[in-house]
Order: sequence, then C-alpha cells, then structure tokens
Amino acid sequence: MFKLVKRLTSVVAMFAVLFTFTTETMAAKKSKTLKNTQKKGFVRCGVSQGLPGFSNADAAGNWTGVDVDVCRAVAAAVLGDSSKVKFTPLSAKERFTALTSNEIDILSRNTTWTLSRDADIGLTFVGVNFYDGQGFMVRKNSGISSVNDFKAGVSACTNLGTTTELNMRDFFNSKGIKYEPVTFEKADEVVAAYDAGRCDTYTTDKSGLAAQRIKLSNPDDHMVLPETISKEPLGPVVRQGDSVWEDIVRWSLNTMIEAEEYGVTSANADMMKTSDNPAVKRLVGAEGELGAALGLDNEWSLRIIKQVGNYGESYKRNIADTGILPDRGPNELWTKGGILYVPPAR
Amino acid sequence: MNFKKILPQLLTLVVVILVFGFFSYNAQVNMENRGITFGYGFLSQESSFDVQFSLIEYDGSHSYFRAYLVGLLNTILVSVIGIVFATIIGVVVGIARLSNNYLIERTAAIYVEFFRNIPLLLQIFFWYFAALRALPLPEKAEPFFGVFFLTIKGFFVPAFIWNNLDIFIYSVIAAIIAIIFVRFYAKKKQENQGIQTPVLSISIGLLIILPLLSFLLGGVSASIEIPVIEQLSQTSFTYKGGLKLPPELISLALALSLYTATFIAECVRAGVQGVSKGQKEAAASIGLTPNQVLKLVVMPQALRIIIPPTTNQYLNLTKNSSLAAAIAYPDLVLVFAGTALMQTGRAIEIVSITMLTYLTLSITISIFMNWYNKKIAIKEK
Repeated sequence: MFKLVKRLTSVVAMFAVLFTFTTETMAAKKSKTLKNTQKKGFVRCGVSQGLPGFSNADAAGNWTGVDVDVCRAVAAAVLGDSSKVKFTPLSAKERFTALTSNEIDILSRNTTWTLSRDADIGLTFVGVNFYDGQGFMVRKNSGISSVNDFKAGVSACTNLGTTTELNMRDFFNSKGIKYEPVTFEKADEVVAAYDAGRCDTYTTDKSGLAAQRIKLSNPDDHMVLPETISKEPLGPVVRQGDSVWEDIVRWSLNTMIEAEEYGVTSANADMMKTSDNPAVKRLVGAEGELGAALGLDNEWSLRIIKQVGNYGESYKRNIADTGILPDRGPNELWTKGGILYVPPAR
Repeated sequence: MNFKKILPQLLTLVVVILVFGFFSYNAQVNMENRGITFGYGFLSQESSFDVQFSLIEYDGSHSYFRAYLVGLLNTILVSVIGIVFATIIGVVVGIARLSNNYLIERTAAIYVEFFRNIPLLLQIFFWYFAALRALPLPEKAEPFFGVFFLTIKGFFVPAFIWNNLDIFIYSVIAAIIAIIFVRFYAKKKQENQGIQTPVLSISIGLLIILPLLSFLLGGVSASIEIPVIEQLSQTSFTYKGGLKLPPELISLALALSLYTATFIAECVRAGVQGVSKGQKEAAASIGLTPNQVLKLVVMPQALRIIIPPTTNQYLNLTKNSSLAAAIAYPDLVLVFAGTALMQTGRAIEIVSITMLTYLTLSITISIFMNWYNKKIAIKEK
C-alpha cells in the first residue's frame, strides 16, 4: 500500500517536473524582460540629461525627442500605451552600467554603435535611429572656417566618456597638432565653459552641437565647421542575452522607418488596413501573423504608428520644426537620397 | 571560557564572508550571463585618449595603467596643495578667532560660518565658473611682475630649464640630512650642558649654502623660460613656454582649502582653548616670555588636542578632491573611473582599483598623522 503511494507520487512528481519544464521554455521564449515589463506596466528607458531634439524634458517633466520616441514605440507595441514609459536621465559615464545592471531595459541616448561596445561589455545595439558624425563649433569672429585652421595649443571642450574623446585624439594626431582636451561629465558644464571662453572649440556629434548651440548666451556668434571627422551611427541599445526583447526593440524602430517609406502616418494608419499593397497591410497588421513571432498581438505595429507616428513625423516634430537640423541629410529614406534602409517586415 | 569570547567574533566573520561571497557569486553569474569577461589585462592596453594636465609624460599611446598614474598623481597634487593651504588658513583663522580685537574675531567667525555651511560642490562650481567669468582672456591679461599671466585658460608662470638638476636635488637632500644631525647634537648639548644652539638660523643657512655650492662648483645652472603669447586664430590666443596651471586645478584647490580651513580653524581654536589658564599663568610666573609661553607651554599641549580631528579633515579633503570630475580637473575619478571606465567598460575592475587607491591614500595619511600624534604625546617618565 505504502509502496504504491510512493510510486504514484514519484510518477506525479515526474510529470510535474516535465510539465513545469515545458511551460518554462514557453515562457522563456516570451523573454524575461518582456514579462517583467508587462508585469510592471511600464517600459524602463534610459535617456540623456537633456539634449533638445533627442531626449529633453520640458518644465512639466514631459520627455520629447527622437530617442524618446523609440521607447514610446516599444511601450505602444508591448503595453498598448505610448505614455507608459519611465525615463531615467543618465550621463554618458553612467549609461552602460545602468543597462547592464538591470536598472533600465532600453538605452536610447544618442549612443554610438561601435564594435567594442557591441561585443565586449554585455550590450547589443539593435539599429540606427540617427546617422551622425563628429564636428567642431567655433566662434564666428575667430576667422576659423575649416578644421585645417586649427593651430597647436588649441583647447577643446567635450564630454567625458564618449567616442568624441577618442576621435578628437585621432583627428588632432593625424594633423600633428598638440591640443588641450577639457572634458566634463555633464553637457551643461561643457556649454558653460565653452561659452565663457575656456575653450577655443566645442566638439561632439554634429546633432549635439546644433542642439546645444541654442543654450549659448549668443547662439548667432557661433558656428559649426563644415567637416565631419567621424562616423557616429546613434541607436538604441539593449542588454545582451534576451534576443526576443532585442527583436521587439529592433522591429519597433524598423516599423517607424518602414511606415514612412510606405506613406503610413499616424493620421491614415487605420485606413491603410484596407490598402491594396500587401506590404502595407502586413505593416499595419491586417495581414499575416507577424506579432505572434515577437510574442505580441497583431496590432502592435499599428499602435506604434498611430500613437507615435512614423520616423518622418518624429523627425519633423522633434528636430526639424524645433530648428535644430531642418535638413535631414543622411537621415532621409533611401528612396529619397538618404541612407535610411530597413529590412522588410514580412 | 576562551571559546565563548571568540564565538561572537567568529560568527561575525562567517557572516561577513557569506555576504561578500553572495555578492561576488551573484556578480559573477550576472556577468557570465551577459558575456562580460573579468580581468585586469586591460591595464596594459593602449589607452588612446589624452588628458589635459599631467605631471608625468602621457598621451593616448601610453597604457591604461599610465593613465591611472596620471589621475593618481593629479589627485595627490591637488590634495597636497589643498592640505598645505587649508592648514595655513585654518591656523591663522583659528588664532584670529581667539583675538581680543573685536573686528578680527568677528571677521574670522563670519568666514568660518559662511564657508563651512555651504555644500562643497556648490563652492567648487562657484569658484570655477566665477573664475571663468572674472578672469581675462589671454590677450587681455595684465601680467604680474611682467612674467605671471593669470587668464581664463590658466595661470601661466615662468619655468626653470635645468642643467644637472640631479646634482641640485642631491645638494638639497644633503642639506636636509645635515640639519637633522645639527638638531640631534643641539638637543644633546642642551641636555648635557644646558646650552641652547640657534638651530633655526643654522638650518636656513645650510639650506641656502649647500644648493648655492651646487651652482658654483657642481655645474648646475638654470635658465628661466617666460611664457609668450601666441595667436591661434583671429580672436583666440594662448601662451607658449613656461609652466601652465589649469584654471580647474586653481579653483578646485581654492575651494577645497577654503572649505576645509574652516574646520581646521575650529580644531585650532578648540585646542588652544583646551589648555587650562593655570598653565599659562604658571609659565608666566616662572619668568617665561609670552612667546616662550606659547611655544613651550601652550602649543605642545594644544597640538595634542588639535592633531586627531585635523587628521580627519586631511582625510576629508583628500576624498573630497574626487569632486574634481564636475569641473574637468583630470583627477583619479575623472581619468580612471571616468574615461577609462567608459572606454573599457570594466566597471567592477576599475571601481575596485579606485576604491583601493583612495583607501591606501587615506590610510597613509592616517598612519603619518598617528605617528606625529604619538611623537608629540605626553611621555610619562
């Protein structure tokens, strides 16, 4: 009798183990980060401490910018509401540690994609939402009109812990110019020091220069030199090791760019469900089962377009209309002479 | 019996080891999950970033370890400057607070209350950005004595260009050793024969004569290089030649010493007030002059009260120097725990090295001050 009970329990236990094992793998497929996000009810997003056009908070604490919109798109896709994002402002120095130590789930903070960052420190870059390059800002009355006019002894203000520091060295070394790097932790201090005359030039990504110029006491007295000394593909980053979450963030960004390509906007997205173009129908979830592959419902992409808009709308709202960089330059669609080109959603 | 005594300590030790073990195991698992490797090998890699101000030769082609040394030396430099000035200002203000002159006493009191009650980071920002706003551009700078230029880009001072610098340094070391001997014999002479020797004037004489001899006989020579203005573009200038102290160093040292001096001043005041009045009166009654009373009776006793809390202030100043990162002074935190950490991504390794370094610095200061404290403590005979 006892033996029978024992045997029975062991069999039940075995089944229980098997069953939990199978449900576990199903859940694991759904991704730990995704599960946590859905449980918490908001997306944890790391942004800058204030870079107009990319991630900037107004007096009421509302965040706007193209980097912010990536996180909003993910919130719309995963939680159904683009406002369900918790933003954490981070300095350049803190950003990667915040991501790897699980304080945030997406880092969308004008971060340059490089090999060592992608491969060496537990991060994965999911795409590019802004193609940038490093430039120099100088005073208009200095007579400097090109990077070739810099002379030995020039002092350059910049941010600590960025690719800028390395590019600057490469650049000045290649020209054989001895320079003085003055590096601050926060961008506001860089601006203040350059404004006061501590430095002859302020160097960072050109988009950053355009955005920070507004903060100077006399923006019109300064100009950005035409040369670009480096490639700075900026994009969102996630932790290494959660490929489902990585896919969700990547395809949220891709959806915004592809929506612009097919002319789907926040205003006409609902009507596009009945479009003749199957690619457009797939994009708004009227055809195919693309959401399921990501562990989401089929309306995920439609919500992104309706709530956040396509890439062009986001760019216009945050960067062009604010006067930061009216010209889209390389950040134009490949069909219009730019280099924005994303894999098809199918 | 003995076992009962040890047991609580043993338990504490086990708990501490378990807690540390748990955290390091956790860190290890997390790092493995995310494919982060652990190791100190990066220290020998090329750093590929530059630093604006360094006491040793350094540029981006040197290793991360060299960058660490640059940061460490800059931290030590600003701490030493800060400690020296904080001590001088602190002693002067502390004694001023004991003055019978109402104006002097009040001024000192207001200074102390003002500077010790404002957060240090704010003071650093104030001195830095106030200095940047107030200092002239290089081309508009009025030189002091024709050769010192205080500008927004730094304090440019003449530099010595040495020939046979080593011989000069040996002569200074020889002078110091000679002074130690003189002091030793002067003390013996006083103990045996009761005759006082003018040690101070002999010491100063030695310090002047021996290095002078190195110039005359040792072939040492030095020429002075004066900074010269140089044009970088139509509107921007800088100085070339000489020695340059960056404005970041000046404002950081200023903020640190003004802030810490207030606490040292209070230590000094407490120390002097802690010596009982009877001591002074007794000393005066056996015919010592006021100067001798201060030097032989009050100060030796006051120092015993002053030294321990002042040690704390020295430690605070050294640790507070890490606020340098806010104003671009390339100290250990900015160079190593800042740029190097970012470029390598080795957070745990770099932060642990940085913590260990500050610990070592603090313990070194502590040991030195304890030694000094013991030296001046009452020796029971």
